[in-house]
Amino acid sequence: MRARARLGAALLLAPLVLFVAVAFVAPITTMLWRGVSDTEVPRAFPRTLAALAAWDGRTLPGDDAFAALAEDLIAARAAGTLNAAAGRLNSDTPGLRTVVFATARRLARGVEGPAREAILAADPAWGEIETWGAFRRAGSTPTDTHLLAALDLRRTADGTITEVGEEQRLFRTVALRTVWIGLLVTVLCLVLGYPLAAALVFAPPRLVGLLLFAVLLPFWTSLIVRTAAWMVLLAREGIINQGFVALGVVVEPVQMLFTRTAVLIAMVHILLPFMVLPLYAVMRQIPRAQLRAAASLGAGPLAQVARVWLPQTLPGVGAGALMVFIQAIGFYVTPALIGGGADQMLPYFIGFYATQTVNWGLAAALSLLLLAGTLLILALFGRFLGLTQIRAA
Amino acid sequence: MSGIGRLLWALFAGATALFLVAPLLVVVPLSFSSASFLEFPPPGLSFRWYEALWQSPFWRLAALNTLLIGTASTAIATALGTLAAIGLWLAPLPGRPVLFGLILSPMIVPVIITAVALTFAFAPIGLAASHWGLILAHAALGAPFVVVTVLATLSGFDRTLLRAAAACGAGPVAAFRRVMLPLLLPGVVSGAVFAFATSLDETVVVLFLGGPEQRTLPRQMFAGLKDTIELTILAAATVLIAASTLLLIAARLLAARSARLASGPRR
Repeated sequence: MRARARLGAALLLAPLVLFVAVAFVAPITTMLWRGVSDTEVPRAFPRTLAALAAWDGRTLPGDDAFAALAEDLIAARAAGTLNAAAGRLNSDTPGLRTVVFATARRLARGVEGPAREAILAADPAWGEIETWGAFRRAGSTPTDTHLLAALDLRRTADGTITEVGEEQRLFRTVALRTVWIGLLVTVLCLVLGYPLAAALVFAPPRLVGLLLFAVLLPFWTSLIVRTAAWMVLLAREGIINQGFVALGVVVEPVQMLFTRTAVLIAMVHILLPFMVLPLYAVMRQIPRAQLRAAASLGAGPLAQVARVWLPQTLPGVGAGALMVFIQAIGFYVTPALIGGGADQMLPYFIGFYATQTVNWGLAAALSLLLLAGTLLILALFGRFLGLTQIRAA
Repeated sequence: MSGIGRLLWALFAGATALFLVAPLLVVVPLSFSSASFLEFPPPGLSFRWYEALWQSPFWRLAALNTLLIGTASTAIATALGTLAAIGLWLAPLPGRPVLFGLILSPMIVPVIITAVALTFAFAPIGLAASHWGLILAHAALGAPFVVVTVLATLSGFDRTLLRAAAACGAGPVAAFRRVMLPLLLPGVVSGAVFAFATSLDETVVVLFLGGPEQRTLPRQMFAGLKDTIELTILAAATVLIAASTLLLIAARLLAARSARLASGPRR
């Protein structure tokens, strides 16, 4: 009987598990795998990479590497694999695409004499060690190249890890900004949400319905609609600006859209229900009699709140903060529409590298970073998790 | 608490509640404006932006796509999610936490990662820029909500009812259809409401995975908001707010109903 129930359970679970595994988990894993692998250059330059395997990275590689490069360039150009590989090399070292294409074109016309001289004559860049370093960085699986790039680091030709040049540094700032915006939004949601959730518990019944509606309506409304509403409110000709001008706060409309403040306001508005609802769920369970008991034992209002009420609401604070934070660091649409260039977070750059520059390796490495951060926070604070029941509140 | 403290608290909570609804309440009257541009207060009232919305082939296609993708993905998510929830409830399986985590993963992974990964995976097999690609993606995103809601309803389901059905000669299928499903229905439908709301809300995956033929209302709004804000967008936003209000009411009614059913046999 139990075995039959188990078989039945397994059969009922199988369709969804298979569906999610194939249509969701497999694509995510494949994409993340690109963050630690490189396929374009190995496909186009197998001989060159083999010749570079024993290279020390401190002096120019030997004649065998030049000969292998010449063979690979000609073969890859004919096979049509050169374009992808050149793109990958170019994202490592800007300008390398041109070098690769020009050299391949020259060599395709015929190589006379030793490969080394022919290649160096085609482009002097081949006389630089870091050009060859780019091949090595883009040539292996698993590789830490993309992950290092996502942390503003790179390997030199001889394999030591260094920071990228000042003007190329970007991602550490972006990661810190993502965490910072996430924290600010979480704290603001807590400051606004805690009193509101408490009001939901203590307000007279007539008001509770109204307040709950005020929380649930935005909660159910599309994110894009709420973002649009803030764009209307904060526009130069928008209501807030008009009100400010009419009241004499400012002389002429101020730029509010495309600022950090606008992003914070809209994000707090969108995520606030995720703070209020778990808080409300927890606060509702606390027996009112406890406060009366504390009062009868001589606790003043402050002591009642601090020693009886507050400690019991902490699981709600944890659940709300967790949900707000992990959603905030994944925000894409709202910052893209309401923020300026300096307000974009990790998700924006994942989208950017996946579509604009088609640097899949970097997009995947940044995704790994974001997902790892999300999972780490879930693992640390997951015990607060009411994540799943909240939407039903 | 002292009188002044109470007053301040009430004012603060009231202001926060206002902050939550006011932006939505501002959009609605503006969508009925007779002005050609964003103007407040509106110089007059008219339905011109709703007419523009109705007559625009782009917005009509977007509305149609939203309904189509929403309905189809909800159907898949509800069917698979309900079965899986019953499976999870029926018997303790080895590896249950892993399976549960797998099922819930679409809810946890940041949606931009989902969008980029699905675009990358679906493109080679012809599912990028197709309705089916979006339907499958939205089904995966919506299914966790169905599983969780149905599982919550099941926690109040009396197992002896199934044994009673078996004793009366009902096979497993008949027992499911005639005993279990009627009691689970409010949970299943509210799961479906969540799944549909998820699809209706979803912007990022559509943005990356969809082509011009798969424009949905959120995507059309996103594109419009990138240029100057036309008032048709506000008309569309008002339509979506109305839809959300209906879904919210449906979910509340269903939650109340399944709570009543769940508390019936046990207590």
